[in-house]
Amino acid sequence: MTSAAAESNDLLSLYQDVILDHGKRPRNARTVDAATCSASGNNPLCGDRVTVTARISSENQIEDVAALAKGCAISVASASLMTEVLKGQSVDAARRMFKAVQDLCTGQRQPDEAKADVGPALTAGVDRLAALSGVQQFPARVKCATLPWHVLISCIEGTDRATTETGSNA
Amino acid sequence: MTGTAVKLDAINGRFDALAFKRDFPILAKLVHGKPLTYLDSAASAQKPKAVIDAMTFAYENEYANVHRGAYYLSEKATSNYEAARETVRKFVNAAHAEEIVFTKGATEALNLVAASYGRSVLQPGDEVVLTELEHHSNIVPWQLICEATGAELRVIPVSADGSVSLDSIQSTIGVRTKIVAVAHVSNVLGTILPVEQIVELAHAVGAKVVIDGCQGVVHEAVDVQALGCDFYAFSGHKLYGPNGIGVLWARRELLDAMPPYQGGGEMIATVKFAKSTWAEPPAKFEAGTPPIVPAIGLAAAIDYLSRIDRAALIEHERDLLGYAMDRLVTVPGVKLIGTAQRKASVQSFVMDGAHPHDLATVLDRSGVAVRAGHHCAQPLMTALGVTATSRASFALYNTREDVDVLVAALHKAREILL
Repeated sequence: MTSAAAESNDLLSLYQDVILDHGKRPRNARTVDAATCSASGNNPLCGDRVTVTARISSENQIEDVAALAKGCAISVASASLMTEVLKGQSVDAARRMFKAVQDLCTGQRQPDEAKADVGPALTAGVDRLAALSGVQQFPARVKCATLPWHVLISCIEGTDRATTETGSNA
Repeated sequence: MTGTAVKLDAINGRFDALAFKRDFPILAKLVHGKPLTYLDSAASAQKPKAVIDAMTFAYENEYANVHRGAYYLSEKATSNYEAARETVRKFVNAAHAEEIVFTKGATEALNLVAASYGRSVLQPGDEVVLTELEHHSNIVPWQLICEATGAELRVIPVSADGSVSLDSIQSTIGVRTKIVAVAHVSNVLGTILPVEQIVELAHAVGAKVVIDGCQGVVHEAVDVQALGCDFYAFSGHKLYGPNGIGVLWARRELLDAMPPYQGGGEMIATVKFAKSTWAEPPAKFEAGTPPIVPAIGLAAAIDYLSRIDRAALIEHERDLLGYAMDRLVTVPGVKLIGTAQRKASVQSFVMDGAHPHDLATVLDRSGVAVRAGHHCAQPLMTALGVTATSRASFALYNTREDVDVLVAALHKAREILL
């Protein structure tokens, strides 16, 4: 393959249709009703900003999750895909998916390996998130893909603390 | 040192940018297999071989600490370092070499003015006037000093086209104004500010004028005495010199009266535990071992520029800017940000439906380096109603062909991103 074609392929694998679609029309770009937790995060270097809200049940199930993302196509699409994949999952599954996304984006794991890591219940989610793995070839853009997930983790860990406090108050 | 003669095309008198391009080794490199089209000189310019050679020569042949040793190398390094100061003095037409303070960059130069001059004159209720288009390095030092002294910031608004009107300057500067700190040329929009009029208005109320000349010194011929300002700061790396070196020019009487900025070696006359006394300027403001070789590199960059017809260079940059503005708007969805009448060769733009970072990534794969983001000017982004822009800046080594490559890459980006 010529290097020009390789460059083009890199770009096409970064900006594949699913990313462009979610980047332009993000799903769950709203605030969750009766949210039990929220968190915001930004990348001060580029100005991207993501706010995540979620409603988590007493059984640690993510009943609803939404993200308002302002930034590039990668961060907006990543936030959108994240909300689709995590709705209805457990908080523990979210943590495992976060690790899988980090591994996929940095190229530490290939999609099949990531699927094996997260277990059979989450393989469909990894298939969806594999669209983000194009950032492997663009180190400067990895943070764009992982920012929404960092915010999600602050959001749910905050809930964990809140839940513990509620428990101790009760 | 090898001399680069004035490169004006003998036949039509045009500026021969391609010949200059050959003086910059990095511009011959391939990026992602493509010839490099470097359009980010406003962030940091590339270095001509003359600068790289001068620094290598200094390290290999004439390096030691300055103002210290009584031996050959130290004397040689000291005389080279002081010769660099004289080169800078001539370049900005300062009255005295002692008015040139070397810093590690323009940011440090502006912090020096704020922390030393600002802190010693500002009282509660006094005002520091800035414009809305300032770089963070000409905002935050003033915020810090206002917080410490009880002075207040006042901001001159920017018009929609990126210009700063005399009316808005006039209505912001007032009897409480003690310091006016403004960019000479906007790093985001390229707007050339009416600094002569700003100086006049500020001096009429007894305020001092600090000019952030990072872009100004690159795109304009600067004469600090003709400008009439009180402080002028710039960095070396945007002026085709190395990074790690900046310049603060200030009037001798101001430097004499100002307290030191940092303490350490070099800046003292005598040190006693009871009380120390200070060296004369500029040493008073150059605590510690200064950026010796970067200063020599900056002087080499100025020497390089001095062999170029400045008027022809400015004309060349204006030509590139005009050509870029005309060509960029032919790309569907592209909108220019910053269209003031008086502009240097810096152009921001946005493309409908494509975030500047995505655009920059795609352009990079065509070998085109542009800046994307808030350009360290978040208040300006807010004022213009954008979160980020893409910015192409044009330097002495750029050509109309570079603009054509940018425009072709933008068309390709539309295919990929839209």
